[in-house]
Amino acid sequence: MSSSQEINEKQEFTITVYTENQIGLLNRIAIIFSRRKINIESLNTSPSEIEHIHRFNIVIHETEEVVRKLARQIEKQVEVLKVYFNTNEDIIWQEMALYKVPTDTIAELVSVERLLRENGARAVVIRKDYTVFETTGHREETDKLIEVLQPYGLIEFVRSARVAIIKDSDGFNRKLREFERREPGQDVIENEFLDKEKNVFSM
Amino acid sequence: MNTAQEETATLTEPKKTVNVSGSVAILEGLIAEGTDTIFGYPGGAIMPIYDALYDYKDKLKHILVRHEQGGTHAGQGYARSSGKVGVVFATSGPGATNLVTGLADAQIDSTPMVCITGQVYAHLLGTDAFQETDVINITTPVTKWNYQITDATEIPGVLAKAFYIARSGRPGPVLIDITKNAQLQMFDYEGYTPCDHIRSYRPKPNVRKEYIEQAAALINSAKKPFILFGQGVSLGNAEQEFKAFVEKTGIPAAWTIMGAGAIPTDHPLNVGMLGMHGNYGPNVQTNSCDVMIAIGMRFDDRVTGRLDKYAKQAKVIHLDIDPAEIDKNVKADVPVWGDCKETLPLLTALVDQKEHKEWLAEFRAFDKTELETVIHDELNPQSGELTMGEVINQLNELTKGEAIIVTDVGQHQMVACRYAKFNHTRSNITSGGLGTMGFGLPAAIGAKFGAPDRTVVAVIGDGGFQMTLQELGTIMQSGIDVKIMILNNRFLGMVRQWQQLFHEKRYSFVDITSPDFVKLADSYYIAGKKVSEREDLVSSLEEMLNHKGSYLLEVMVAKEHNVFPMVPQGSSVSEIRLK
Repeated sequence: MSSSQEINEKQEFTITVYTENQIGLLNRIAIIFSRRKINIESLNTSPSEIEHIHRFNIVIHETEEVVRKLARQIEKQVEVLKVYFNTNEDIIWQEMALYKVPTDTIAELVSVERLLRENGARAVVIRKDYTVFETTGHREETDKLIEVLQPYGLIEFVRSARVAIIKDSDGFNRKLREFERREPGQDVIENEFLDKEKNVFSM
Repeated sequence: MNTAQEETATLTEPKKTVNVSGSVAILEGLIAEGTDTIFGYPGGAIMPIYDALYDYKDKLKHILVRHEQGGTHAGQGYARSSGKVGVVFATSGPGATNLVTGLADAQIDSTPMVCITGQVYAHLLGTDAFQETDVINITTPVTKWNYQITDATEIPGVLAKAFYIARSGRPGPVLIDITKNAQLQMFDYEGYTPCDHIRSYRPKPNVRKEYIEQAAALINSAKKPFILFGQGVSLGNAEQEFKAFVEKTGIPAAWTIMGAGAIPTDHPLNVGMLGMHGNYGPNVQTNSCDVMIAIGMRFDDRVTGRLDKYAKQAKVIHLDIDPAEIDKNVKADVPVWGDCKETLPLLTALVDQKEHKEWLAEFRAFDKTELETVIHDELNPQSGELTMGEVINQLNELTKGEAIIVTDVGQHQMVACRYAKFNHTRSNITSGGLGTMGFGLPAAIGAKFGAPDRTVVAVIGDGGFQMTLQELGTIMQSGIDVKIMILNNRFLGMVRQWQQLFHEKRYSFVDITSPDFVKLADSYYIAGKKVSEREDLVSSLEEMLNHKGSYLLEVMVAKEHNVFPMVPQGSSVSEIRLK
């Protein structure tokens, strides 16, 4: 009972997608969400550690059941190699943020050294007219620095999408070799439903 | 062992190349893929390909359709009757956008097609050039794969990928958009190598032995097992394997409209049609079976009715090649991922030889009720206007189940699917998932090209016929032999039926007038006849079938006739209404 409740509760999921690097694939993946009227909270795409293979990190707020179906729809796309989805407990994630503030105000009114230390931030650029700070962390942490800097005339702020590492992943190199072989690897298709809940199946 | 030697051989031997245009490379590729027929329509941005085609007239048959949508449906009809990949040509802009309906239809009904569109010169992309549309992005949601070629050297590789993707795994439509400069560009062509592997693409998932075993155990312990099958059986060319499985287990089998004909209509274990207008027994028994074995079907809402009241008592075994279909609508207790051509024999080997006489008798009892309350009067009315059912029934008597029946969408489609007799697979060609009115006539043309030795009868309503009737021109020019049967009830009948049943008979814009269809056919030099009297029906059908060449038979049928049984939308399948 409790597990089925969990499955129907909306929470943050990070979907990790390994793909070929191909024009138009971003659209093909994006419309899987928009078709179902699901908002993408955060999207990052960049080359992975393997040449020619891109890695997407997509964050959505949904139930596990919906996310599982979405993952299968994404994995079905011809140029998608593999899709993983994880809750926040399963991943290490960071967002990076940049803050532009007027140098004179900040230098005059703030103990910059303490501010940097307390917020795990660093100064990227210091000019006569403005200074740019940078910090990385979870949403609350980057949000907090906005609050701190707002009174000192925060000029501009930008935050990156989430990047996430899956805690119990072996990386993609071995998996890729499987894909390149003609025989599909044994665990290419996992039966999550049965594997996780052996009791579900009964005669 | 051999392969290593072969590899060195290909590495050391210099490849022989020929300097050809991109257009020639496309046509050479099509021939290498076994294409014999192309449905298309020329235009500015695809002119270089058509210019090359001029010299390939003896190797590639090109059928000039009257609208690109007709081209896609003809391509679908061809693919569905032949099992091969349908090929369609269209120009850029409006030519390409006209493909969208057919692509969407092929995507939802898993029909293998390769559509090739011309595109403006690469340097004009994004400039709002004449007849430029972003066809790749327009067609992304309705294609299995699409790709834009701007350089001729890409052509052989991309074409090979396109055919491989279209026909492998769960088939589907693919679109290749080729800029005009790439069509004209001369390059060193190294010959055509078919594609059989794409590292990011798994056409079929691995068969997992444990699920086969679990499925077999469940089937062997079942008291009231029930098979539901869809088009996956014929798409997988697994009709024999399926028949062997059904016959060994002795389990009653019901079909979705896309699955019709995978086993013959009169097979003793064929218990009929599922879904909204399906047979009484299969719908009711869905909610009393203990083990449900779904094979190559996707639990469409028109099949399941209300999901929260669908087969809740049953353990579900789902065989499908597409992992995304498992658990999508109905949760599977045992998911048997894989190509049913491989999984069915594995399963057959493990199941017990059985008969389910009492259980089957339950189905036959429901059949009796349906026969008495619905079918008998529908097929054998003694007076009054002709019914759609009796027309199909009389057609059965004459074709003996040997014909390919192509339908359009609406009441006549449901009646044709319910009552048409099929002895062979790939005989029921209909627009299942998308419900595309206008599908019938062009699909019938394609079906005949795909199966030239078979009789093709298009059953079409007066509404749908008027959506693509320009394809009579294609019939005229190509000289193809298609029998067209218009069941004319002077209404958009299915919508009217819903308005009668669910909208207090507020008939809002369903009254449709028609031209004189026989005269219309005559102006295309197609023979025809109109029939409205019962005593003339059989002779008219005979005349149509015996006529050499195409023939249009307009049958005037009852104006306000409803298709029953019916599972009203939002109801459970077991709440199916007989009247």
